Amino acid sequence: MITLLLIFFPLVAALLLLFVKGQQVRNMALGAAIIEFAIVVFALTQYQQGNTTQFEVSYNWINSLGITFHVGMDGISLLMVLLTTFLVPIIILTSFNREYSNPSYFYSLLLAMQFALVGVFVSLDGFLFYIFWELALIPIYFICLLWGGENRARITFKFFVYTLSGSLLMLGGLIYLYLHTSGTHTFNIQALYLAGQSLDMAHQGFVFWAMFMAFAIKMPIFPFHTWQPDTYTVAPTPGTMMLSGIMLKMGTYGVIRWLLPVVPLGVQDWANVAIGLSVIGIVYASCIAIVQKDFKRLIAYSSIAHVGLISAGILSANVQGVQGAMIQMLSHGVNVVGLFFIADIIQKRFNTRDIASLGGIRNLNPQFAVLFLIVLLGSVALPLTNGFIGEFLLLNGVYQFNAWAAAFAGLSVILGAVYMLRSYQSVMLGETNSITTSFPPLTGSEKGVLLILCAAIIGFGVYPKPLLDIAEPSVVKLVEGVRLAMGK
Amino acid sequence: MKALILLSSLGVISLLAEIFSFKKLLYPLVLLGLTVAFVLNIGEWNTNVTYFKMMQFDNYAVAFTSLIIVVAFLWFLMAEGFFKDETNQTDHYSLVLFALVGAVLMVSYTNMTMLFLGIEILSIPMYILAGSKKGDIQSNEAAFKYLIMGAFATGFLLFGITLVYGSTGSFNLEEIKNAVSVPGTVPSIFYVGVLLMLVGMSFKVSAAPFHFWAPDVYQGAPTMITAFMATIVKTAAMAAFLRLFDDTFHRVEATWAHVLWIMTALTLLTGNITAVFQTTTKRMLAYSSVAHAGYMLLALLAANGYSSSSILFYTLAYSIGSIATFCIISIVANAKGDDGIHSFNGLAKTNPLLAGVMTIALLSLAGIPPTAGFFAKYFIFTSAFMAGNVGLVLIAILASLIGVYYYFRIIIAMYFKEKASEEEIQVDMNHKLLLIVVAFAIIALGLFPDAVIRLL
Repeated sequence: MITLLLIFFPLVAALLLLFVKGQQVRNMALGAAIIEFAIVVFALTQYQQGNTTQFEVSYNWINSLGITFHVGMDGISLLMVLLTTFLVPIIILTSFNREYSNPSYFYSLLLAMQFALVGVFVSLDGFLFYIFWELALIPIYFICLLWGGENRARITFKFFVYTLSGSLLMLGGLIYLYLHTSGTHTFNIQALYLAGQSLDMAHQGFVFWAMFMAFAIKMPIFPFHTWQPDTYTVAPTPGTMMLSGIMLKMGTYGVIRWLLPVVPLGVQDWANVAIGLSVIGIVYASCIAIVQKDFKRLIAYSSIAHVGLISAGILSANVQGVQGAMIQMLSHGVNVVGLFFIADIIQKRFNTRDIASLGGIRNLNPQFAVLFLIVLLGSVALPLTNGFIGEFLLLNGVYQFNAWAAAFAGLSVILGAVYMLRSYQSVMLGETNSITTSFPPLTGSEKGVLLILCAAIIGFGVYPKPLLDIAEPSVVKLVEGVRLAMGK
Repeated sequence: MKALILLSSLGVISLLAEIFSFKKLLYPLVLLGLTVAFVLNIGEWNTNVTYFKMMQFDNYAVAFTSLIIVVAFLWFLMAEGFFKDETNQTDHYSLVLFALVGAVLMVSYTNMTMLFLGIEILSIPMYILAGSKKGDIQSNEAAFKYLIMGAFATGFLLFGITLVYGSTGSFNLEEIKNAVSVPGTVPSIFYVGVLLMLVGMSFKVSAAPFHFWAPDVYQGAPTMITAFMATIVKTAAMAAFLRLFDDTFHRVEATWAHVLWIMTALTLLTGNITAVFQTTTKRMLAYSSVAHAGYMLLALLAANGYSSSSILFYTLAYSIGSIATFCIISIVANAKGDDGIHSFNGLAKTNPLLAGVMTIALLSLAGIPPTAGFFAKYFIFTSAFMAGNVGLVLIAILASLIGVYYYFRIIIAMYFKEKASEEEIQVDMNHKLLLIVVAFAIIALGLFPDAVIRLL
């Protein structure tokens, strides 16, 4: 029941918000998002430590095609839902420092997107997963189209077509698996696992690419990333946060849940190529990030680098890699939202995000400088911040797969420090100039968001165990199943 | 059968309305008649009665007849204005109703003469209605073109029927099927006949390369008649096509399957690609209607147990989506005096309801979940997949991506482009109601497709 509540509460809230007039709608949206978070916390208290799927609900939906409304959560799903519901109220709170036209539509779309995202993370039916996957795309498309920046029609449309083509390939893969389920065809996740594993290596390879394309575009992995920097830059900040903080995790989650166990031999066969692309993406995106002038664009490229490491870790298909990916997904969600918010705060005050033309902000507002530094250190994975554990485990996982890949992937840590610290230096340190004359103090909501995020960054970095324990048994079970099917 | 009789009587009654002067009552009478016809028709579910070996009301016929009546009902709600403005409104009522009679014949025939009669009863009123804007040169052109091309198609069809009759000695579908059951004994003119009939039917469903009439006719005809052609005529023609080829000619599939494979690919690609370059919405929808015929041919080509149910669902989803889009196009074009895509600029700000429903309808036509159109495509693709037409499915997926492009041009215009004027377009109450109902239907069918798909 709790799963149904989790899925449909944001949808109901989104529909109700449509009828609210004026700017107070944002308070209501925030309230709804906090209630949703409370529901997840309640679910956490009810969750029994272990590797089983819990809170399971299944209804017949389209009988003639063996499609059921089957949802439930194991540790992996629960952690992803936790991330989603933790970030959405924060993202709504960050929007308080701007006024958006037609606020009721804006917040309604945000919550509608949350509905789809939660749905993606809890679906246990292949078709249902696909439906939620597509549903998540429509609200974000309209958020970017209606409230985005320059050139948004062209850029958001590119984004839409890109992701839609990936999704259609995934649908093809799912249908293929569906037609190979034994007995009466069904989209049940276990049946799809069996169907996928019963294929020979070559056919698993085809399914692997059909599904991986969808995930690779969503994350995005080099060379399917070309939509990402433009879209992240042009989207309104809350939209960018939804895209990078949560929607990106749809892709990585998809690889864990819907790729590794479905076609283990396909993964084994193609892991070299896929991990190779991920690692190339890490180095490539980091290098581009170094020369970026626009701070928001820099964060966008850094996101490609981070997600490349996550994807490499997952595809190396060992416990360290996948567990590291789980942690890094949480950390990256928190850090990237923080970074984009900082970019937004700066832009709001100086009307520019050009790194070179800023400077000396630390002298104007030391408090902001400290908060920025904490978020930044989390992002460059300093020990005792949240980024460290994840990157450490990920590199360890990739190393077990291939030492060279790990060596190149490890560059991400160094290059990340380069572009992040350089931009910090240029923006915050040095002397003030004609643009950075004054820095109005942080508003209550801005301070609140940054404090929450910094607390999360440090708290999770110092004592990550409670969150790690939620997912670990499920990760171990999943990876063992995959390795067994690979014959390892 | 009862629905057929009732519709014919309604047609005759509306002719009498002028003489006995109850013209004002005609509109409610027709709506009432359609409702009764729908109920009577549902009553024939599972009865499977055959009439004189000419027509058979099996579940297939009943399902498609119900679909046609429902769409006709929605069409009448939308097209009230079409009957108000005209001096010869009773003729229009009776022509539309007779066209419906033809459509019902086309979904229930078991004899090729009935197929021919159905097509003619449907087509002749459509020729007239396409030219019903008498003062408009484009409307005249549309009617003339439609007549000439339609006559050609009928010629092909008749020639085909003759050859099939000549080689099997029967017009009856069942007997033809039995006559060709032993391979090697079939005279070669039979195959020629089958191919000629294929050409004739392809004309009617506007499949490439026999689609050239569609854009001009769709654009020139009054918008309401275009909507009628895109929905009811297409449904009936597709159902007739399917009945003939998936059942009767199924045993000689080898003759026509390759031809149809190529035609399907051509239809999908030309329809979608040409639509991208259109600047007026009606012409764009004309090409998109060609493309949609392509998707349906995919299911026809699959010729398995899923074909009829997936085509039923597809025609339903496509018809209600088209009713919504054509309704909005006619409202916008009336207000702005132009049906170009730029007329939609900024519609989201002046008329959020119109823009919202249009978005839902276009998403459905483009096949984005959770709308009816997505499941329609999904069923079609699955049935094609099962028949092993993987290559064609890939082409269709590519084609639907192109489809997304031109449908989204209207969406982008509505939400993104600066509006030309501040003025809100006035919309009748019944149109608003109709649009809301249709939008809900699109979503509801997308959420619970099983209700329709398990019928056949």
